[in-house]
Amino acid sequence: MQFMLLFSRQGKLRLQKWYVPLSDKEKKKITRELVQTVLARKPKMCSFLEWRDLKIVYKRYASLYFCCAIEDQDNELITLEIIHRYVELLDKYFGSVCELDIIFNFEKAYFILDEFLLGGEAQETSKKNVLKAIEQADLLQENLDFQIRLLPAGVLSPNISSESTGLFQS
Amino acid sequence: MPAVSKGDGMRGLAVFISDIRNCKSKEAEIKRINKELANIRSKFKGDKALDGYSKKKYVCKLLFIFLLGHDIDFGHMEAVNLLSSNKYTEKQIGYLFISVLVNSNSELIRLINNAIKNDLSSRNPTFMCLALHCIANVGSREMAEAFAGEIPRILVAGDTMDSVKQSAALCLLRLYKTSPDLVLMGEWTSRVVHLLNDQHMGVVTAAISLITCLSQKNPDEFKTCVSLAVSRLSRIVSSASTDLQDYTYYFVPAPWLSCKLLRLLQCYPPPEDGAVKGRLVECLETILNKAQEPPKSKKVQHSNAKNAILFEAISLIIHYDSEPNLLVRACNQLGQFLQHRETNLRYLALESMCTLASSEFSHEAVKTHIETVINALKTERDVSVRQRAADLLYAMCDRSNAKQIVAEMLSYLETADYSIREEMVLKVAILAEKYAVDYSWYVDTILNLIRIAGDYVSEEVWYRVIQIVINRDDVQGYAAKTVFEALQAPACHENMVKVGGYILGEFGNLIAGDPRSSPLVQFNLLHSKFHLCSVPTRALLLSAYIKFINLFPETKSTIQEVLRSDSQIRNSDVELQQRAVEYLKLSSIASTDVLATVLEEMPPFPERESSILAKLKKKKGPGAVSVNELEEGKREGGELNGGGERGGDNSAIATSNASTPSPSADLLGLRAGPPVTAAAPSAGSLLVDVFSEAGVNDDGFLRDLEPPTESSDSLLAEGPGDSDSAPPSVVSEDPAPPLPESNELLNKFVCKNNGVLFENQLLQIGIKSEYRQNLGRMYLFYGNKTSVQFVTFSTTVTCPGELQSQLNVQSKPVEPLIEGGAQVQQVINIECLTDFSDAPLLNIKFRYGGALQNLTLKLPVTINKFFQPTEMASHDFFQRWKQLSLPQQEAQKIFKANHAMDTEVLKAKLLGLGMALLENVDPNPENFVCAGVIQTKAQQVGSLLRLEPKRASSDVPINRAQQ
Repeated sequence: MQFMLLFSRQGKLRLQKWYVPLSDKEKKKITRELVQTVLARKPKMCSFLEWRDLKIVYKRYASLYFCCAIEDQDNELITLEIIHRYVELLDKYFGSVCELDIIFNFEKAYFILDEFLLGGEAQETSKKNVLKAIEQADLLQENLDFQIRLLPAGVLSPNISSESTGLFQS
Repeated sequence: MPAVSKGDGMRGLAVFISDIRNCKSKEAEIKRINKELANIRSKFKGDKALDGYSKKKYVCKLLFIFLLGHDIDFGHMEAVNLLSSNKYTEKQIGYLFISVLVNSNSELIRLINNAIKNDLSSRNPTFMCLALHCIANVGSREMAEAFAGEIPRILVAGDTMDSVKQSAALCLLRLYKTSPDLVLMGEWTSRVVHLLNDQHMGVVTAAISLITCLSQKNPDEFKTCVSLAVSRLSRIVSSASTDLQDYTYYFVPAPWLSCKLLRLLQCYPPPEDGAVKGRLVECLETILNKAQEPPKSKKVQHSNAKNAILFEAISLIIHYDSEPNLLVRACNQLGQFLQHRETNLRYLALESMCTLASSEFSHEAVKTHIETVINALKTERDVSVRQRAADLLYAMCDRSNAKQIVAEMLSYLETADYSIREEMVLKVAILAEKYAVDYSWYVDTILNLIRIAGDYVSEEVWYRVIQIVINRDDVQGYAAKTVFEALQAPACHENMVKVGGYILGEFGNLIAGDPRSSPLVQFNLLHSKFHLCSVPTRALLLSAYIKFINLFPETKSTIQEVLRSDSQIRNSDVELQQRAVEYLKLSSIASTDVLATVLEEMPPFPERESSILAKLKKKKGPGAVSVNELEEGKREGGELNGGGERGGDNSAIATSNASTPSPSADLLGLRAGPPVTAAAPSAGSLLVDVFSEAGVNDDGFLRDLEPPTESSDSLLAEGPGDSDSAPPSVVSEDPAPPLPESNELLNKFVCKNNGVLFENQLLQIGIKSEYRQNLGRMYLFYGNKTSVQFVTFSTTVTCPGELQSQLNVQSKPVEPLIEGGAQVQQVINIECLTDFSDAPLLNIKFRYGGALQNLTLKLPVTINKFFQPTEMASHDFFQRWKQLSLPQQEAQKIFKANHAMDTEVLKAKLLGLGMALLENVDPNPENFVCAGVIQTKAQQVGSLLRLEPKRASSDVPINRAQQ
């Protein structure tokens, strides 16, 4: 996998993970282009598309799009399930995850991703093992911040309430 | 104020994120961010030392700001400080910041590497994993230099924790991808391969990605992985859905690992060991069987995981291309998916079937699905699926179904998405020619193509139709009639006018008997389009007019009238004006006989051999072309090829490197490259080039009506001349792997630039090359040693792997036909961008007596070719020599001489290496010293060399230092 992007229906980038060296400028260009392309696609269209010399695999969960760029020989369906497993991991960790969790705890989203995928390849596909690694790390936190969810109440204006929709509820 | 849970570590961060989200405008957001940046900056600069927690919080805020898309130019030092914190969360944030905002500041890299080194040796698995993740995320060369030696040890050590092994494996993979030269597996190879047997599924899952990548590069060293992979796969495939516990995903056992195992096996040919092969075939059959079983869950995750394995298995079956039974079963399975309700499966089935269509065992089976695929082309709502359907139709096309497929594709073109029209047009054009038995069908198809999608019809396509019409006299009358009819349309495409002008100019007489298409009617029809056309088309029409004067003397006065009009003879375009003047003059002063000779019907294009330059070469051999002929050849043929091929100066090479690829390259790149619209000038307007020569002398008239054939030839793998023969046998068209002897052949050319690169019973390849600074030009001569012609002769030069970014290699198109006993030439331009160690690959394909020949050689381009000799005095030499004392600046090799050492031979070799041989520099007269500068675009590398022959032992130590 060359990179993974998470962005909202409004086109806001929520997470970016690059597994190939690219300049910031190039990253921004790719992001802009892909967000536009993917958002323009209709529901029910196929989850794969050719883009430059890569294959794009994407899936929408509630308000969030998960989008991966893979190489020619890579398997589209298994990549779709990589996305799903990542969503499951987030869901399990945060407890019915929503976009806001990822906004306010972006660092955790990165840590979970690093335990699951490294260098663009699946490192550990067992949900238990990934969560074990993350929870062990949490136990090491000397502050008493075991309360993981950092959801500030009262920030939800009606038009962005979709951000608090559980990703699995759509 | 948002309520934040108590006791939380980074309350300030949550507040900041809320603030940003509450900003009503972009300006407000920037203002808030700037305020925060100022605050953080003052905290970092303040006198009071920050505690770890505050540092973590501020670094995390900076990270957030960066991820919002703003630039961050400070805070790196604080992040690096966090790395050495012994509080996990602080360290973790430090690493995250470094991973996201890599800074190539060398001072920092050293500090980061130090922190990583400490964590790697901490024996605390969570710290080790963090450090490994950071290396894997950054993957920079500096990190590879620092850790590529250490990580394999961690990976295979018996006491390493599983989770650390997993990170180490993928970390190494990332380093290998960025700096393959620094990751040396050597002694670790067999222990790494044996990770496939590891008890921990996670370790296997991670390690196999590394093994697959290494196997692709060094298949022989890793080939023991095949039997291990097969037995691992077999155990997974035969396990019950609950056996693998947490590695079972929606009732599918270990889908990721299964896919990776099947992928690894695709790096190798089918196992030779019968037992292993039997076991593997059994696995593949089981996977195919499982596809027929009722699903264990209705969840899409279940079917996706199951089908991911199935598609990977089918890829392996296609890769082997040796088991007819499995191939046909795979095809039937994909056939079922073609009508599946899941769009994703239909898409993948179409894609996968494309490759199946090229296997001789399954081609027929694929063809049975033609109606479904045509239906998909018509009804799929998603353009990317329709595109796959069009690809598959193209792949399954053969003589039996060509008419149907071409008709369907043409009708699809009328409504096709703009994004895929160009490619569709090329595909239709290729199929129409490849499978044309009846040339009136071919002409109809191409004219339809121009009518429906004229903007997307590139020059190659319409050149080709003209070429074929000229060569086949049975179709000329039909072509003239059809094109005449097509021109009747009130709005017809300019490309139609071009084809019409050309064909009526040549063959208008064949339909002139009919009063409805009398000469004057024809002329008026053409001329009615004149004012709507661009300059090149007008120029072509003027040439058609002069041809009319010859064909139909009765039109002479009308046409002269037109030529004489101010809008022609005083046209502001110099080309048009010149043509009008010259044609008018020619028609008035030349006798009928002269006119008839000058404007005679175009002779048939020799199949595949049309350029005058090629004719010259064929007659005399490449070495024997005299200067005059060369001049002429350059004008007539060289122009067509898009550049003065024989110009020796560097600027010429540089410009041709920088220019757009020749039109045929566009064609060949039809799958990969972005579509180039026919209207774009980048198509290297061949006709225009030729026009610019016209009018220089009288035979300019002839040339400008000659469609350049070279570029059109490459449109097709099979010419019309061959189409009566049997359909092409299905042999893998993929470039063959390099010949085993190619390394040896390469070594022969390290110290010389000219000679015979390769020779077998059919073919001889000679080479002449010259290098100047970082540029090189190579002439390859392909000689046909047989008495039978080679057809569809084509070559491709590729730079494998990282060589792509190190060398810029451009090859000119080569003649696709080599007559028995003849020789053709190809020019290759090379630019050295930076230092490199691999050689580019030259793949050659042609058909000899119907059989596809496919061979790959290494092109003898080695780094020393870019040496510029440097003279220097003894004092200078040894001073520099001493300066080059760092380990990576020096290399020494002691080797046995293979032959008796002859001073003159050694000197010749050293000179051939490209450096200056320095006399009277080394106090020992037996020794040889040389100096040179390697010229690359990125840098110049000075190099010194010292060769100390020891006669007694006949050992030759060579010292070589590089700067």
